[in-house]
Amino acid sequence: MTDTAVSDLECSNVCKNFGALEAVKDVSFEIPSGSFFSILGPSGCGKTTLMRMIAGFEEPTSGDIAIKGRSVLDVPPNRRNVKMVFQHLALFPMMNVFENIAYGLRCIGTDRDEIKRRVQDVLNRVALPDVANREIHQLSGGQKQRIAIARCMVLDPDVLLLDEPLGALDLKLREAMKIELKLLQHQFDTTFVYITHDQSEALVMSDHVAVMNNGRFEQIGTPQELYHRPKTAFVAGFVGDSNRWTGKVTGVSGGEVSVETQGGMAVRCRSGEGVSVKAGDAVALYVRPEFIELAHGRGTPGENSLAGKVDSLLFNGANSRALVRIDSGELVEVDVTLTGGTDDVKPGEEVKLTWSAENATCFEAGDGR
Amino acid sequence: MARNGNNQAFMLGYRLYMVAFFVFLVAPLIAAGTFAFNDSVFPSLPWKGFTLDWFFGTSEPMLGMFHDSRLLQGLYYSFVIGLCVSLLSVFVGTCNAFLFVRSNLPAKNFFYIVMVLPLVIPGVILGISILVLASTVANTLDDSYGIDIGFLRPGIVLVVLGQFSFIATITSLVITARLRKFDAAMEEAAFNLGASRLRVLWTVTLPYLRPAMIASGIVAFLVSFENFNTTLFLVGSESPLTITMFDRMAKGGSTPVLNAVSFFLMLGSGLLALVSILVQRDRTAR
Amino acid sequence: MSQRDARRLSLILLFTPFALWIVLLILLPHIGMGVLSLREKIAPRQYEFGFANYVEFFQEPIYWHIMARTAVMSLLVTALALIVGFPVAYYIAKIAGPRTRGAMFMFCLIPLWVSDLIRAFGWILLLRETGVISGLLQWSGLAAGPVEMLYNDAAVIVGLVYTVMLFMIVPLTSTLEGMDDAMVEAGYNLGGNGFTVLRRIIIPYAMPGIVSGSIIVFMLTAGSYLTPVLLGGKYSSWFTQTIYDQFITRYNWESGAAFGFLLLFFTSLVVWLGLKLTGQSLTSTVARS
Repeated sequence: MTDTAVSDLECSNVCKNFGALEAVKDVSFEIPSGSFFSILGPSGCGKTTLMRMIAGFEEPTSGDIAIKGRSVLDVPPNRRNVKMVFQHLALFPMMNVFENIAYGLRCIGTDRDEIKRRVQDVLNRVALPDVANREIHQLSGGQKQRIAIARCMVLDPDVLLLDEPLGALDLKLREAMKIELKLLQHQFDTTFVYITHDQSEALVMSDHVAVMNNGRFEQIGTPQELYHRPKTAFVAGFVGDSNRWTGKVTGVSGGEVSVETQGGMAVRCRSGEGVSVKAGDAVALYVRPEFIELAHGRGTPGENSLAGKVDSLLFNGANSRALVRIDSGELVEVDVTLTGGTDDVKPGEEVKLTWSAENATCFEAGDGR
Repeated sequence: MARNGNNQAFMLGYRLYMVAFFVFLVAPLIAAGTFAFNDSVFPSLPWKGFTLDWFFGTSEPMLGMFHDSRLLQGLYYSFVIGLCVSLLSVFVGTCNAFLFVRSNLPAKNFFYIVMVLPLVIPGVILGISILVLASTVANTLDDSYGIDIGFLRPGIVLVVLGQFSFIATITSLVITARLRKFDAAMEEAAFNLGASRLRVLWTVTLPYLRPAMIASGIVAFLVSFENFNTTLFLVGSESPLTITMFDRMAKGGSTPVLNAVSFFLMLGSGLLALVSILVQRDRTAR
Repeated sequence: MSQRDARRLSLILLFTPFALWIVLLILLPHIGMGVLSLREKIAPRQYEFGFANYVEFFQEPIYWHIMARTAVMSLLVTALALIVGFPVAYYIAKIAGPRTRGAMFMFCLIPLWVSDLIRAFGWILLLRETGVISGLLQWSGLAAGPVEMLYNDAAVIVGLVYTVMLFMIVPLTSTLEGMDDAMVEAGYNLGGNGFTVLRRIIIPYAMPGIVSGSIIVFMLTAGSYLTPVLLGGKYSSWFTQTIYDQFITRYNWESGAAFGFLLLFFTSLVVWLGLKLTGQSLTSTVARS
């Protein structure tokens, strides 16, 4: 079914090779208009190369890139309606704020009054109405961010690319900017394509996320899908925190898989989305810390339960974590709430850990990392 | 350092050394400058009183600098030559900067050393080598075809070329250093915003290079102005100030008008040097 | 691909000024000079290829003598500039406070902004028998009559050291500025005294700066013309003057060209030897500063 709404950005089977190095391998995705799309991946996975191809600074070895339905491969980078916020912002230090923002408008020959109007308009929209005459070095980090975005948005692009823009900011500012960027995206109702290696940024801001590894997209989905239903071991390990064990499949029944870990424990889990395993396969098993229940005392052993001793507590307010050394010697991370009261778990205490098979996922070993 | 008694004596001696050094540094300059104001026909002691005649005097023997036509001519030629050398050097220096920082020239290291070479070659050799080449070409053309190419004979053009041959290295080094610090992302950003390549060059890259271009231009002018060794072999009938002054000096018995010229030059060079420093410092505050 | 062509075109365009400059003003002239130096004048307007000019240099003791003198005195000047300049550079780089450092550095650059000519002129005024120092000596009773301090080797050396001092101080200062204070402190901490710290830590560290400064100073000194001629008088015997004589006074261009090459050759030889002895290379020193 062809839908009437054309996606803002569509990549079809895009590949990029630098000599023998395959930086981007057969990437395809489609971004609907007005959404916030993130590409998440570790350094060197190819996400920057992909973005540079969308902007036009690199040419794909094969495949097509289309913006609003039309291929842009033969359009030079200064004519594409795809604007980019660079990693270190690349604001022009020899011009003031007004000149920076007006730069693109001057290039297309907009007349002076129109430029003034549009610059002031975009400054209002990024909530910095009075800075037009300031010099770049007089701005704070967060303000520079917004000016960099304003400089692009004043040109009404079809797509805005953001290359890890929050990297240089300190933690509190980063958290505030995440919210701001999300709001700005709604404000301008433009498609944002956001590149990052920080999964918390991707999860918080995006409508859809693509996880990229070694030039390939491992999975595309909503943040919830990626978090709860990872399709590959890499996604399971990269997005959010997980405890990880290796083991061998002892049996499969229905949707559940029985695994015996290397450490000798028997656990039940389900296989990852679209993954099928059979008895004897080597697998990697993932359980998130927040799904493990911790009870005082060793209790009676049961299904998917482990006994152990609390090794140490990592206090982090609401996100506190207990490191429990289980009988087989491994260290398990479990989310706990430390209220400061007497019911809190303490270091050295004997505890029992349980989780349901629903919340444990296994993938074929050697799949990702 | 935790050892005091010895140290203090040492530091005192060290500081005295520094003072003596700076006295050594300025002594000849002060000598040259102050005698410009001595009301005597010889630039030597005894001091006979203060006068400005060596600058503005109109009659012999106290012919002042500004009325000495040969000196003024020398000043004029030096100025013209300096300007030409400066402009040419900054232009070639900028091209070289882009050549070494931006292009994919093969064997860059080799060419870089070649570029630095003119600074290491003695000025005398630069002068005679260019003289030889120019004269050979001029003579062959003249003998074989009867064409007389004036500018290949010793004269202003050759002087400009001779000085340019090594001053271009200086400007290249300065401008290249500045271009290396340029964040290429800015060019990509400008490109992304819709500028054509030429526009990016004009509105982003060159404005960034401007302080270095101006500073190296001033340095080029100063170095050209005071150059002697290379100019000596290439000079024709229109001689720049340094040659004129040398002629006067070598003949002996020169009047303090030369001191006046020295003072004037010191002042001028100092001011220009100050300007060049201010230009660079202003921008690096960004 | 038009983008690739565009890159190639821009490469050629950028390379052209560079190529023209080097080829026309450096390469060809030196080749021409070399060719000229190999011509012998057999008869009026008759030239032939030969090494006579070079042979003449080696056979006439006076030329050889002057060259040796120039080289030796240049080395002396270089050594003096190093000895005098090193403490100054160290002071500026390490001991002076940040504000005074800039001012002092500027101060050292002052002689640079002033022409070679004026510098030599100033020294003449100071040193000659009717000059300032002579006057001071007489006035203070230390001398009975006018003291002529010009027109001897010492005057030439002083003048040359003065002229090239800054070219030694600048590379030294920038090298020393990059030295981490902690290294010196560690040296003391580990039990060294001032002398060993100097010998084993500071000097080895500053070696690239020392070598590059020395190369520049040596080449400048050997190629100097004004200072030796003006301060040394007619019998200054500096090789550049010999070249000038051949070229301009005697119009013997062949000989002058040969001498020019010999100067180039010998100074390069000394520089090369110096580099080998101290274990540095051209790229690690001069190109860096």
